[in-house]
Amino acid sequence: MFSYYLQLGLRSLRRNPILTALMVLGIALGIAASMTTLTVMHLMGSDPIPWKSSNLHYVQMDNWDPNSPYNPDGSPPDQVTYRDAVALMEAGKADKQVAMFKLALPVQPVNPELKPFRALARVTYADFFAMFEPPFAYGGGWNHDQDAQHARVVVLGNGINEKLFGGQNSVGKTVRLDGNDYTIVGVLGDWKLRSRYYDLTVGAFADPDDMFMPFTTAIDLKQRSSGNNSCWTSSADGWDAYLQSDCVWIQMWVQLDSPARLAEYQSFLDAYVNEQKKSGRFQRPLNNRLPDVNTWMADQKVVSGDVKVQTGLGFAFLAVCLVNTIGLLLAKFTRKAGEIGLRRALGASRRDIFGQFLIESGVVGLSGGMIGLLLTGFGLIAVRALYTNYKTVAQLDWVMVATTVLLAVAAAVLAGLYPTWRACQVAPAAQLKTQ
Amino acid sequence: MEIRPIISALMRSKVAMILIGLQVALTLAIVCNSLFIISQRFERMQRPSGMNETDTFYFGSSGFGRGYDARATQKADLQLLRQLPGVAAVTPAWSVPLSGGGWDSGISLQPRQKTATADSAIYIVDDAAVNTFGTHLIAGRDFKPEEVVDTAFGGSLHPAVVIVTKALADKLFPAGDAVGKQIYMDQDPPTSTIIGVVDRLQHMRAESSSIEYSTLVPAYMPYDNFTRYLVRTEPGRRDEVMKSVEQKLAESNRNRIVSKMRTLEQTRRDAYADDRAMMIILGTVIVALLTITALGIVGMASFWVAQRTKQIGTRRALGATRFDILRYFLTENFVITTLGLLVGGALTYVLSLWLLTHTDGAKLLPWYYVPIGFACLWLLGQIAVLGPATRASRVPPAVATRSV
Repeated sequence: MFSYYLQLGLRSLRRNPILTALMVLGIALGIAASMTTLTVMHLMGSDPIPWKSSNLHYVQMDNWDPNSPYNPDGSPPDQVTYRDAVALMEAGKADKQVAMFKLALPVQPVNPELKPFRALARVTYADFFAMFEPPFAYGGGWNHDQDAQHARVVVLGNGINEKLFGGQNSVGKTVRLDGNDYTIVGVLGDWKLRSRYYDLTVGAFADPDDMFMPFTTAIDLKQRSSGNNSCWTSSADGWDAYLQSDCVWIQMWVQLDSPARLAEYQSFLDAYVNEQKKSGRFQRPLNNRLPDVNTWMADQKVVSGDVKVQTGLGFAFLAVCLVNTIGLLLAKFTRKAGEIGLRRALGASRRDIFGQFLIESGVVGLSGGMIGLLLTGFGLIAVRALYTNYKTVAQLDWVMVATTVLLAVAAAVLAGLYPTWRACQVAPAAQLKTQ
Repeated sequence: MEIRPIISALMRSKVAMILIGLQVALTLAIVCNSLFIISQRFERMQRPSGMNETDTFYFGSSGFGRGYDARATQKADLQLLRQLPGVAAVTPAWSVPLSGGGWDSGISLQPRQKTATADSAIYIVDDAAVNTFGTHLIAGRDFKPEEVVDTAFGGSLHPAVVIVTKALADKLFPAGDAVGKQIYMDQDPPTSTIIGVVDRLQHMRAESSSIEYSTLVPAYMPYDNFTRYLVRTEPGRRDEVMKSVEQKLAESNRNRIVSKMRTLEQTRRDAYADDRAMMIILGTVIVALLTITALGIVGMASFWVAQRTKQIGTRRALGATRFDILRYFLTENFVITTLGLLVGGALTYVLSLWLLTHTDGAKLLPWYYVPIGFACLWLLGQIAVLGPATRASRVPPAVATRSV
């Protein structure tokens, strides 16, 4: 029966090619608009590390100006001071913990054909690799001892390893950065990060980090952060005064493997701040926060308002297309009242008619979905061209392809439901009489 | 006079009428709000930076290795750049309007003021700054060479003299007498004296809420080993000068990296790339939406014409002219569109309220978008229905008698 109805449906669609094309195009455009925008929104906000995102917590403490909050909404600063970061690292109360900052520094290649260039380093601690789990092609991260010894070691990203060493295993070799030699201990593989979620203070979709080096080493060498630095009070001149100041410029993450550990850490942090209050710092009310990865991404508005608005309008557009399709299907099925009357008179039940016309709508939906999928592909290419930062999020994955086709068919069947029901209401006698 | 038969005919196919009306309503809501967003973005992008954008470019220089003297290199570079043919003016500049990153600071009128009076972009420059930015001094005087002092980068900044933009001067001293007044760059003394006011110079962050507030601070102050230079060339010689600067600097010092030269035009494009993308995307949505709605009207009208061929023939046989038939369908479309638009007007503000909750700094849709939208959709409906209506008007009267 299904194949017979399919045949009937196809024949009927071929009979009014323009009307059919209109319906298919309508669904295709609606699907393309909604799916392009939804894909971008979905990938932007998607959990970057689903297996442990609820165990990774960003550390926020409110050391800001007692007279005015850091953010108008009263949330604490998005970074911490050097002295607090180091105090928390030394306390080591979390299961794993890292402080980090962004550093742009000159790379002086040994190869005379390569000119010196600036690269982005993530200055951090040994736990970074265990916490954020980048894949290693060669070697591995450095260890806690090397953190303590302020070792001159570095982990290269695969891009810069390609540039400096032609993608070969460079572990054990050295690289000269800003006049100092560092030993390469590891090389990352292809780390597919949709957003650089571990540092949202300098743009989630900005350039990826080229390499990683110990925090202690960079502080030794007085390397200033290239990220954001915010101060609410002036400090004395000089590096040591800067380190002791209340300027925030360091990001801090902790891994806490159970809710109990989270509660423990929260009370440790509160105790730490209360202790600091005694020495005159942290004059604002206690406002320590430990958002997990997804909460932090939402706080920092990784999914921009524009993207949400575009998605909303995309779906509103789909709604218009569906209303359009309902109207056209209704027109079409109404014109077939005579045919329906004849079939009903010859013994077809309402259920049969319902099935037949629903299949016809389904065919429209499926073809609309297929074309819509193709258009979604073009739409994403356009998004990548318009937003150069969104390369990693304007991509179709299998989930989204399946969603698209499903949405298209569901939309068309839904649109076909009312016209089909109307078609079933045709009374055979009345139709036959007028013929 | 024809309205009544049209309404009673429409009442017999309510669903089709509701569908077209709904489509028109949704279209109105989306088009009005999208157009409003587009116009807001367009306005944002039109704001002048206060600079000569066509002839200006900038680049960074970062030295490396031990023994690199950033301060000496900065002075040598300035001397070298100022001698190059085609160069009109050069200044070291910590940052550049619209370029994204830089230093901003609260400006206060009292020591240890609880909240700063204004937040300002801080451009750390030398005495050629006003000339290089291409902004215009409207009160007071420019920096003197001896006012540009060697300063170590530290936590605080206390210049003896500053130049501010007019917007900032008016905010700090609404009486318009900012020149000669004292301000606090940080909360603590010493104060800085405003010696000049320029007409306009934007903040380095395009999205800043205090975009017109900028302060020029005279100092030679490299950030570690990094200095940024801003170069204005003689009109039309920018690209040529960029090439020669690149070449000259490559020869001058091997222990540094000269970053890619960027023009102010590129910087403006990048600063507003998201706004431009939003405009293009919404523009595309509007065009697609109007097309779909128009085609939907064509489809439904064609169907109605086909369905009523016999009635049209009868009316024609009874003496209706072609024009009467044409007018019937045009009026019918007008009635449906109007009903849709009335619902759409309400829907437009529902959507506008939803947008308010999802965008920072969004405003409620101004009322005049709605009548403009009405006019556009009325026109669209009439044009869309014209084809099928013309076809209807050509139905010969004989059709009425033939098939009975």
